[in-house]
Amino acid sequence: MNFDFTEEQKSMMELGRDFAEKEILPTQEQDEKQHLFRKEIFKKMAELGFFGCIIPEKYGGNETGHLCAALLTEEIGRVSASWTLPFNMQMWGPAFTILHYGTEEQKEKYIPKLVSGELIGAFAITEPNSGSDVAGMGTTATETDDGFILNGQKMWISNAHVADVALVYAYTDKSKKHKGISCFLVELKNTPGIKTAPIETKLGLFCAPTGEIAFEDAKIPKNALLGQKGEGFKICMWQLNNTRLGCAARGVGIARGCHEVAIKYALERTQFGQPIAEFQMIQDQLATMYVEYEAARLLVLKAAYEKDQGNLNNTLSVSTAKYYASEAAVNASGIAMKIFGSYGYSSEYPVERFFRDAKSLQVVEGTSNIQKIIISRAILGK
Amino acid sequence: MGNNVLIFAEQIGGKFRSVAYEAVCQGKKMAQSLGGKAIAVTIGSGVEAIAKDLGQYGADKVVVVDNEKLKNFTVDAYGKALLEVVSKNDPAIVLLVASFQGKDLGGYVSAGLGAPLTADCTEWNWQDGGVQIKRPVYAGKAYVTVKFNTQPAVISLRPKVFPPDAPDASKTPEVEKFDLALTDDDFRSVVKEIVAKTTGKLDVTEADIIVSGGRGMKGPENFAILEELAALLGGAVGASRSAVDEGWRPHSDQIGQTGKVVSPKLYIACGISGAIQHLAGMRTSKCIVAINKDPEAPIFNIADYGIVGDLFKVVPALTAELKKVLG
Amino acid sequence: MNIVVCVKRVPDTETKIKIGPEGTKIDPTGVEFIISPFDEFAVEEAIRIKEKLGKGEITILSLGPSDAQTIMRKAYAMGADKGIHLNDPSECPDALAEAHALATALKEIPFDLVLFGKQAIDYDNGAVGVQVAKLLNIPIVTRIIKLDIADGKAVVERESDVGKEILEVKLPAAFTAEKGLNEPRYPKLMDIMKAKKKPLEEKPAQLGAPKISIVKMDYPPARPPGKIVGEGEEAVPALVNLLKNEAKVI
Repeated sequence: MNFDFTEEQKSMMELGRDFAEKEILPTQEQDEKQHLFRKEIFKKMAELGFFGCIIPEKYGGNETGHLCAALLTEEIGRVSASWTLPFNMQMWGPAFTILHYGTEEQKEKYIPKLVSGELIGAFAITEPNSGSDVAGMGTTATETDDGFILNGQKMWISNAHVADVALVYAYTDKSKKHKGISCFLVELKNTPGIKTAPIETKLGLFCAPTGEIAFEDAKIPKNALLGQKGEGFKICMWQLNNTRLGCAARGVGIARGCHEVAIKYALERTQFGQPIAEFQMIQDQLATMYVEYEAARLLVLKAAYEKDQGNLNNTLSVSTAKYYASEAAVNASGIAMKIFGSYGYSSEYPVERFFRDAKSLQVVEGTSNIQKIIISRAILGK
Repeated sequence: MGNNVLIFAEQIGGKFRSVAYEAVCQGKKMAQSLGGKAIAVTIGSGVEAIAKDLGQYGADKVVVVDNEKLKNFTVDAYGKALLEVVSKNDPAIVLLVASFQGKDLGGYVSAGLGAPLTADCTEWNWQDGGVQIKRPVYAGKAYVTVKFNTQPAVISLRPKVFPPDAPDASKTPEVEKFDLALTDDDFRSVVKEIVAKTTGKLDVTEADIIVSGGRGMKGPENFAILEELAALLGGAVGASRSAVDEGWRPHSDQIGQTGKVVSPKLYIACGISGAIQHLAGMRTSKCIVAINKDPEAPIFNIADYGIVGDLFKVVPALTAELKKVLG
Repeated sequence: MNIVVCVKRVPDTETKIKIGPEGTKIDPTGVEFIISPFDEFAVEEAIRIKEKLGKGEITILSLGPSDAQTIMRKAYAMGADKGIHLNDPSECPDALAEAHALATALKEIPFDLVLFGKQAIDYDNGAVGVQVAKLLNIPIVTRIIKLDIADGKAVVERESDVGKEILEVKLPAAFTAEKGLNEPRYPKLMDIMKAKKKPLEEKPAQLGAPKISIVKMDYPPARPPGKIVGEGEEAVPALVNLLKNEAKVI
């Protein structure tokens, strides 16, 4: 087992780090205050190929793989958790799912433009009344002669009000229970009957747009169906097993950002005549942060590696990584706030943003409880 | 091999730059250790008249290369001149200051002579029968002590680190005119145009006092308060990389590793956090004052004096107080 | 249009420096190495010239220990075509010796243009470019912020003591890059992968015996600890007093 990074991987990590520091960091303070999704950053990420790692060259990707994508996500997440969302919204979510389940026509229509950033992507599972209980969703897609009619609501959807195309999960046949859910490629901006609205009242992830979608007799064509009718739940679980990897990498990035700034601060801040890094309690805290970051990172890299080897159904590895990295990120940001003291509480330091952003990881794309259920079922052989 | 020191004494527009005096003073001291002479070289057009002034700073002899074609500095022509003078004077050391011209000439002469070059010297002493140089490396994170294994050696000094001694008007050097044959071949880089700098603006590398602004200045218009303070003190206004990257100040004002390295008597850092790259450009300043509202800013670790506070209040207050005290 | 760009592997400025056990050089463990930033401007400029002319070959030349090849690959990913690594495990501190090794290698490479960064951020001599040009007997203009090539000539701009200078030089010529020449591009992921396949030739470096020796390397002398004079405007009179009577700088 080789734990060394290849030269290419190191170059990519350097690219991710430079990009985050030179393109995201300089305007981050004001962007966060204004809740700004800065289009130029998104475009530049796309131009460099960030959203093409797991996409074949045929569709505009660069085939560098899940591991590289995870490393890039970590580097970006170290500076801004918000800016890791596009990896999921463009690539791990819509593009990769269409690649796996789409017709050639659908692949050619959407994948290159998701990779290039010409289209902004999203995926819509959650509703006001259904989160963990995915099959409890209420949105319906009634089949007609020339397509489907969507009715319902989606909520807490990243990119809802900015996305061009979204994977929308809806019931085509309620009687079949979860086997009656289907997945659709819906063009949110140019389909009548679709209204979107931003959700501004979040705790964090301010530069990542979040919103809700309302479908009122929205007509979509037959070829909007992704995969087979009734395959939607399976596609959803499959999709989540990829986007969760992106979330986990985001958590690793936050955990790293936290322990790096905490170390720097502990070496500079003096109390009682010495740097606080000399005090054992601080050392205990820093060590905890480091260990949890390193462990989370290895879990993420393992899950990514497995996918690169062709094992895309590695739900145990992915959920383990997602669960652990989320907790590591939340824990790291909490510890960092303690180390920074009042400065941690201040908006002039990055720590409180890490704290707010990290918290989302425990609830998005399957709560930590859900991840543990997935894990326990796998290990109990259920 | 000789025991003389040949010193490049830089002039611009018929006047010696302060670095010329710095170089001559140090050159004299080195020559004394070697038991030889301090020979200054000045190159340009219409420079004959000023040559003897170098005697006041210790030059035993001044070689003047005066030619109309040498009015503007180009490394080929000036380098050729310097090399020819060197070949006639057989020095143990060729000494320059790492000024704009010096940086080009040092390398040129070194390659022309096959003589090793050490640049940016901040300290030297006489050790084991020779000159040893100390200079910063790795953005000032370390210093190396260097000795030369062969002669001659080419040394360039960091500007403003070796203030010249008071001139001794009684000293007059031997002045020698040196005729240099110049052809077109010596001007392979042709100066097509010079857009002169705004007159009256003191370059940061020339200034004894620098008032510098960083990200904390929040905008270009706010530099006016630094300009006022600098004007009162007869200094120049510098900027950190953040301020230059924001477009608030020109790159020529940037102090730091990728900007200019300065060593003034007094450096006042306003709203500058003190990143390593910035420190690399000013850490050899004699006195450093930091004004910053963040008490944890790294600049306070290197500053001799610091005020924690809002620079927009402190700087005007400082200007007002200085007006009172200096009259 | 054949362009050679000389790049040097240097420690990242952010990295903490530790002096090695021999006391004359740094301990490379844990040090992050990068292409010297000014060299990156040179690489970027070479690529822009090639793109503008629609043709040409860019060779990266680097003198240094074996991991210089890693930073050369970044230049490849940006758009260089091939490279020559002059292997020098000794990390020679003598700029002139380095210049000799580079000049010797350059004699074997057909070039119209040689580009350098204005100085390497480890030793900050800023001399190698000029030394190499002199050894090759080609014209050089240092610290350029603009470069235009047409009809076998280069027109360059730089900021000097006298103001902005515009110079014209016939090729072949050498230039050193100053900040402001361009904004180096990020390598695309695709190009990072392709970099592996570009040819990289390794040769021993012809340095000759170094004519300078490092006697020792030290950490900077500690400045005597400074003092916070006070807070806000109230502290100003005390500061002025100290500057006048203690530091005696005003």
